[in-house]
Amino acid sequence: MAVHRTGNLVGHFHDMEQQNEASSLGMWVFLITEVMFFGGIFLTYTINRSMYPFAFAEASRELDVTLGAINTAVLILSSLTMALAVRAAQVGKRKHLIIFLIATIALGSAFLGVKTIEYIDKFHHHLIPGNNFHFPTTPQMAALDPNLNAHAQLFFSLYFAMTGLHALHMIIGIGVMLFLLKEAVRGRYTETYHAPVEVSGLYWHFVDIVWIYLFPLLYLIDRHQ
Amino acid sequence: MSEHIVPTRLYVAVCATLLFFTGVTYWAALQDLGKFNIVVALAIATFKAVLVVLFFMHARYDLRRTQLVIIAGVVWLAIMLALTLSDYLSRSWLPVAG
Amino acid sequence: MSTTAPITPAARTLPREHYLNSSYGVRSWLLTTDHKRIGLLYLASITLFFFLGGAFAVMIRIHLLTPQGYLVSPQTYNKLFTMHGIVMIFFFLIPSIPAVLGNFLIPLMIGAKDLAFPRINLLSWYVYNLGALFTLYTIVNGGVDTGWTFYTPFSSMYSNSAVVPAALGIFITGFSSILTGLNFIVTIHTMRAPGLTWFRLPIFVWSHYATSIIMILGTPVIAITLLLVGLERIFHLGFFSPSLGGDPLLFQHLFWFYSHPAVYIMVLPAMGVVSELIPTFARKALFGYRFVAAASLAIAVFGFLVWSHHMFVTGMSVYAALAFSLLSYLVAIPSAIKVFNWTATLYKGSISYQTPMLYALGFIGLFVIGGMTGLFLAALGVDVHVHDTYFVVAHFHYIMVGGAVMGYLGGLHYWWPKISGRMYPETLAKISAIILFVGFNLTFFPQFILGYLGMPRRYHTYPPEFQVLNVMSTAGASVLAVGYLLPMIYLIWSARYGRAAGRNPWPSTGLEWQTDSPPPTENFDKTPVVTWDPYDFHHRPDLDLESAAELPPALPAVRPVGHD
Repeated sequence: MAVHRTGNLVGHFHDMEQQNEASSLGMWVFLITEVMFFGGIFLTYTINRSMYPFAFAEASRELDVTLGAINTAVLILSSLTMALAVRAAQVGKRKHLIIFLIATIALGSAFLGVKTIEYIDKFHHHLIPGNNFHFPTTPQMAALDPNLNAHAQLFFSLYFAMTGLHALHMIIGIGVMLFLLKEAVRGRYTETYHAPVEVSGLYWHFVDIVWIYLFPLLYLIDRHQ
Repeated sequence: MSEHIVPTRLYVAVCATLLFFTGVTYWAALQDLGKFNIVVALAIATFKAVLVVLFFMHARYDLRRTQLVIIAGVVWLAIMLALTLSDYLSRSWLPVAG
Repeated sequence: MSTTAPITPAARTLPREHYLNSSYGVRSWLLTTDHKRIGLLYLASITLFFFLGGAFAVMIRIHLLTPQGYLVSPQTYNKLFTMHGIVMIFFFLIPSIPAVLGNFLIPLMIGAKDLAFPRINLLSWYVYNLGALFTLYTIVNGGVDTGWTFYTPFSSMYSNSAVVPAALGIFITGFSSILTGLNFIVTIHTMRAPGLTWFRLPIFVWSHYATSIIMILGTPVIAITLLLVGLERIFHLGFFSPSLGGDPLLFQHLFWFYSHPAVYIMVLPAMGVVSELIPTFARKALFGYRFVAAASLAIAVFGFLVWSHHMFVTGMSVYAALAFSLLSYLVAIPSAIKVFNWTATLYKGSISYQTPMLYALGFIGLFVIGGMTGLFLAALGVDVHVHDTYFVVAHFHYIMVGGAVMGYLGGLHYWWPKISGRMYPETLAKISAIILFVGFNLTFFPQFILGYLGMPRRYHTYPPEFQVLNVMSTAGASVLAVGYLLPMIYLIWSARYGRAAGRNPWPSTGLEWQTDSPPPTENFDKTPVVTWDPYDFHHRPDLDLESAAELPPALPAVRPVGHD
C-alpha cells in the first residue's frame, strides 16, 4: 500500500512547508538519539579513564597523533564540502551540488582509508583486544600499574569500540551520499525541493562532531610527558 | 526548514576556524597544564562543535524549536554524565566502606 | 459534521467504506502505511507476546506452590523469571499503548491524515518483529538466566545461557521504540489541525508526547549498554568485569539510566488513557487540565533523575544515594497531582460505570497503592530491608499490571467501537473486569506481606512458613488469567458480531469521535478546524448527546470558548 505522492509532496502532508518542517525536525530528533547513544560509551570511557589515568595515558601514546590530526582535518573539510553541497541545492546549482557531494564522499573515504591503516598497524603491534593483546611494558611502568596490560586493553577496547562505531556511521553516511549523488545526477533536487540533501547534511555534520570529541579524548591524553 | 542561505565566505571562515583550533588543541596537548589539559581539550572541542551546529547545521537560523531540541539532547547527556559521576566522585567522602 | 435526527441503536450500521475493507489481501496489510492498520498489526504481535510472558508467569507461580519447588530445576527457574521480565517489559508493556492505541488514535485526535512518517511507522513494526525473533530464538536455545536486568559480570562473563541473542533482541526492538517516539514527536509538533493549539490537545496526546521524549532520550542508552555487554561477552573485553579491571556499577548506572524512565514509558500512556476515560464517564471536563499536561512532562523529566534508587544497596556513594532518594520522592509529586485531578473531575460528575470506567477506577486505586509503596522503597533505610524481596515485586506489579495493563484494557474497550465499528458485550466485559481486579489483588497483595516478612525475589525456594501466602498468590493468578482470556475471546467475537456502534457511542468530545466508526483510510472527509476546549461537554452542539445521561450543571467558563 504505497504512500500517495503528487510530485514531491507526500499525500498526508498539506503542503511542502509542512513536509520540510517534519523531515527537518525528524532528523534533529534522530540526532539527539545518537547523542545519547554515543553518550553512553563516552560515559564508559570517562569512568574507565578516571580509574586508570596512567594506563590510559600510556596506551594513548601508541596512537599516531599525526594520522589522527590528518583525519580530523579531513572530516572538517568534508563538513565544509557538505555544507556547500546543501547550499548549492538551495540555490539550484546542480553541477556544484554534484561536485561537492563527490568531494564529501572522497574525503569521507579518505578518512576511512586512514582508519584502516591505523587498525592494521594496531593488529601488527598486538594491540587488538583479545588473546593476542600484549601491551609493551617497562619495569618502571609496571611499578606504577601492576595490571597495566589489562588496563591498557580497556583503553584499546574503548578505542576500537568508539572509533568502530564512528566508522560504521561514516560508512552509512557515505552510502547516503552515494544515493544523493545518484538522485542529484538525475536532476531530482531543485531550489524548491532539496530536503533530503539538507537532512543528510545534518547527519554528516553530527558524525563530524563525534570525531571532534574522539580525537582529543583518544589521541591526546597526557601528550606533554 | 529555514531557507536562509549562508554565504560561502562564512562557511569557509568557519572551516578555517575549525582547522585552526584543531591545531590549537594539538599544541595545548603538548603543554603541561596538569589537571587543566582535559578541561582545555574539551572546551576547544565544544567550541568547535558549537560552530558546526550553529553554522554548518544552520541552527543559528533555524526555528526556536530546533534549538530547544538540541539543548534537550545536550542537557540529557549532561544529566547522565553528571549524576553518574556524582556517585563515583562522592564515594570517598565517607571513610567507611559503603 | 453535525448529526441528523436521533438514531436508534438498531438502525446503526457500519459505513460502507472504511480502513478495514478499503483493500484486501495479506500484502495490503503487510505493506500498509495506514497508521490504523499498523496499530492492529502491533495489537496482534504484542498480544502474542503477552500470552508468552504470561505462560512464563504461570510456570513460576505453579513452581512456587511448594517451598521446595518441584516443577523446574533452579537453573530453569532463573530462566523463567528472566524471560518473563524480558518478554513482558520489552515486548509487551513498552510498546502496548503507544504502538497500538497511540498509533491508531494520535492522527485522529489531532485531525491529521496519518503520522508524519508512515513508512517509518511500518518499519518500526518490522523492527519489533525482528527483535522478537531473536527473543524466540533465545527461548528455543535454552533461554537466558541473568534476570531481565543483565547484571554484570554474570551476564558478560559467567552465565552459560543465550545472553547475546537475548541482548540483541532487546537492542533491535529498542529501535522500534525510538522510531515510534520520533514519529509521535514530529507528528504532534507539525501536523495538528488548524486551530488545535497545544492546550486544546487531549491529555492522551500530551501523555504520548511525554512518553516519546523518554523513548528517544533513554532507549539509545540501553542500546549502547547491551552492545557493550555483548562485545564484552564475545571478545572478553573488560568494561564491566572486576577481574579485568572493569566496574559492574558502571553497567548498572548505564542500565538503569534507561530502565527507570522505561517504567514511565509504561505508565504515562496508561495515565493518558485514564485522563480520557474519567471525563467521558463523569461527563465533566477534566479538572486542572493544564496541571495534568504539565505533570505529564514533569514525570518524563524527573523520571530521568532517579535511577540510582535501584542501586542503594550496591555500595554506591551514600551521599549520591541521599540525593537520588530525595529526587525519587519528588518524582511522585506530578503523579499525585494527576490522581488529585482525576478525583476532582469525578466530584459532582454524572458517573456511569461502563467497562472502561471500571478499568479507569481500578487503575487509580491500584496505581495509588503501587505508587505509595514506591515511596517506601525510596526511603534508604526501608530499602535496605526490602530490596530484592517480594515487596519490590508487588510494588512494580501494582503499577505495571494494576496500572498499565488496566489502562491498556480500559483504552482497548473504550476505543474498540472506533477501531472495529462494533460494541463489545457490556455485561460480560464488566464481569471480566471485576474478575481481573479480584484476581490481581489476590495475586499481588500477599506478595507485599511476603516481601516485608523477608521472602527474597528470584529464589526458586522459600521457607515453609511462607507457603500459605504463596498459594494464595498462585490462586489469584489463576483468577487473573481468566480475566485476561475473556476479553481476548469476546473482543474478537464482537469484531464480527457486535452491535454497530456509530460515530460516537459514549458519547465523548474528542476529534476521533467526529468521524465514522471504523474511520475511512484518510480519517476525515474534510480537515477539521478546532475552536473548542478539550473535554468541554457543554459547548458542543455538534455532539450527539441524546443518548447520554443528564450532564451535570456547567461550571462557569474560566474563559470564553474559542479563546486561546
